[in-house]
Amino acid sequence: MALPLNYSFRNALVRWRSTIATVLGIALVVFVFVLLQSLAAGIEKSSSNTGDPRNIMVVRKGSTAESASLISRQTLTEIRYFEEIARNENGEPIISADVLVLASLPRRDNSGEANVLLRGVTARGMELRPQVKLAAGRWFEAGKREIVVSAKLAKRFANFGIGQSFKTGSATFTVVGWLDGGGSAFDSECWLDADECRSTFERDMYSSFLIRPTDEAAGEKLITRIEADRRFKLKAEKEVEYYRKQTMTAAPIKWLGGFLAVMMSVGAVFAAMNTMYAAVGARTREIGTLRVLGFRRRAVVAALLLEGGLLALVGGVLGCAIAFYWNGYTTATMGMETFSEIVFEFRVTPKLVLEGLAFAVIVGLIGTLFPAIRAARLPVISALKSI
Amino acid sequence: MSANIVTIRNLSKIYQQGDINVTALDNISLDIASGEFLALMGPSGSGKSTLLHIIAGIDRPTNGECRVQDIDVAKLNESQLADWRNQNVGFVFQTFNLIPVLTAYENVELPLLLTRMNRAERRKQVEIALEIVGLADRAKHLPKQLSGGQEQRVAIARALVTDPALVVADEPTGNLDSHSAQEVLGVLRTLSRDAGKTVIMVTHDPKAAAFGSRQIHLEKGELSK
Ligand SMILES: Nc1ncnc2c1ncn2[C@@H]1O[C@H](COP(=O)(O)OP(=O)(O)OP(=O)(O)O)[C@@H](O)[C@H]1O
Ligand SMILES: [Mg+2]
Repeated sequence: MALPLNYSFRNALVRWRSTIATVLGIALVVFVFVLLQSLAAGIEKSSSNTGDPRNIMVVRKGSTAESASLISRQTLTEIRYFEEIARNENGEPIISADVLVLASLPRRDNSGEANVLLRGVTARGMELRPQVKLAAGRWFEAGKREIVVSAKLAKRFANFGIGQSFKTGSATFTVVGWLDGGGSAFDSECWLDADECRSTFERDMYSSFLIRPTDEAAGEKLITRIEADRRFKLKAEKEVEYYRKQTMTAAPIKWLGGFLAVMMSVGAVFAAMNTMYAAVGARTREIGTLRVLGFRRRAVVAALLLEGGLLALVGGVLGCAIAFYWNGYTTATMGMETFSEIVFEFRVTPKLVLEGLAFAVIVGLIGTLFPAIRAARLPVISALKSI
Repeated sequence: MSANIVTIRNLSKIYQQGDINVTALDNISLDIASGEFLALMGPSGSGKSTLLHIIAGIDRPTNGECRVQDIDVAKLNESQLADWRNQNVGFVFQTFNLIPVLTAYENVELPLLLTRMNRAERRKQVEIALEIVGLADRAKHLPKQLSGGQEQRVAIARALVTDPALVVADEPTGNLDSHSAQEVLGVLRTLSRDAGKTVIMVTHDPKAAAFGSRQIHLEKGELSK
């Protein structure tokens, strides 16, 4: 009952100028949509990949960021032997007391300095964050003024190459390795030995504790126990929870992406509509002829929708292809809490590609619907008489 | 079944244009025998096309009835009419009306896409139809690669490919030179003579009308001798 595919396909090809214009318009919309959503996806990945659901994160009550939190050494001594905390093979409690310091370092492109988050981390702290791997070089050795920087930051800061060194605090550090945070927030950090960090930056206090409780129930108990103790003034919560709140939320970008996409798609719908009105107008008699031959109105509508949908699909594929070029591309922004450089990458996921294509086809179909209906509504006899 | 394929009784068509009524057909009665090649003549505006459109189920009369093969065409609804046209009537237009993006073969195949025929059956029918109009070797050509006369013969192939009882042609030679016109008229005559189809052709040209087995004249919406 349907018109041949060829009919729709070749009609789109015949008027290739307006076809290309429509395709490009839709490609642009899909590109913007997919790119912004991929940025949001990258940010979400960074927050989701950061925490381990078993870990408990402790910072001072009221501090908005780990780097602004201060916990005394005495507190560590008291909490360290809580029985809710798991022990490793050597019987040591699995708790890492980290020291976070913001260092202002020169950028690679001479565009001034930016803040970088330095994390003084212990062996326990590294065990608790297995998603952080060594991308190149080796890990730091304590007492040798060695540091491991994020591979992603290495592209953005001067003297971050392995073997190079830079001065911060009272010391000069040598970069001995690059770390790969696997898309987590640790991709925006540099790691060094915790004690060395405290001495270099003259910190008597810790910034945070990361704890592995013996089990889920112990974790809950630990949280209540720490929070309930008035002496500590500490905030304890699951590590994943902490990062979910802490990492920049992707919501505004998603919202912006959605908003831009809607605005632009309105334009694209009208562009597609314009093309299809012109196409249909020029083919009125042809459509009349098809009706005379016995094709129903809906066959005509279907063929035209197919034509519009096809254009849009090509535009969608093109838009996704251009967006995909940025897949994995790393970009950075300033963290709202720490004002340190936070890196994340564009992630063009298969789901996003599908959404982009669906989006394109919907734009094409909406743009074609009205011209198609108008063409099909015309009485056969008037359609035939049109020149 | 009667020997008449078309029976028209007291048929009128009145177009309303604002306050003015235009009477395109005025109380016409007419019988067309099966297998006839009827030439319908008359001055411009006399209602020839209107009559043809009503017989072919493209337009509806204001009054009276038009029965084709004992079916009152005006009583069919829109989709029944579409099917009826597809199965019973072949059309030839003055302006050929081939689909420009489809090849001669694909154009001829179009009406068959609405039937239950499979691809092989369709192929056979299309080839026969193109053979009849003498264009089997042009199957892969697009309309713009054909001469006017060839285009019209492809259109005739499209009209006869479903093997309809009735073929209607509205000034089929109006846009053709005399040589091409002769070819087209020859094909139409063959259809009625050898294939037993009823052909109704509107024409201004007495030479074209001479190909018909009968001529009738319309004058201001009425039949004259
Ligand atoms: N849609 C319409 N609305 C109003 N009047 C119409 C319409 N279609 C046809 N007419 C009128 O009906 C009359 C008959 O028209 P028709 O097209 O049948 O003439 P014709 O004999 O085919 O003329 P020609 O030889 O020029 O093709 C004309 O006066 C025409 O103006
Ligand atoms: Mg006419």
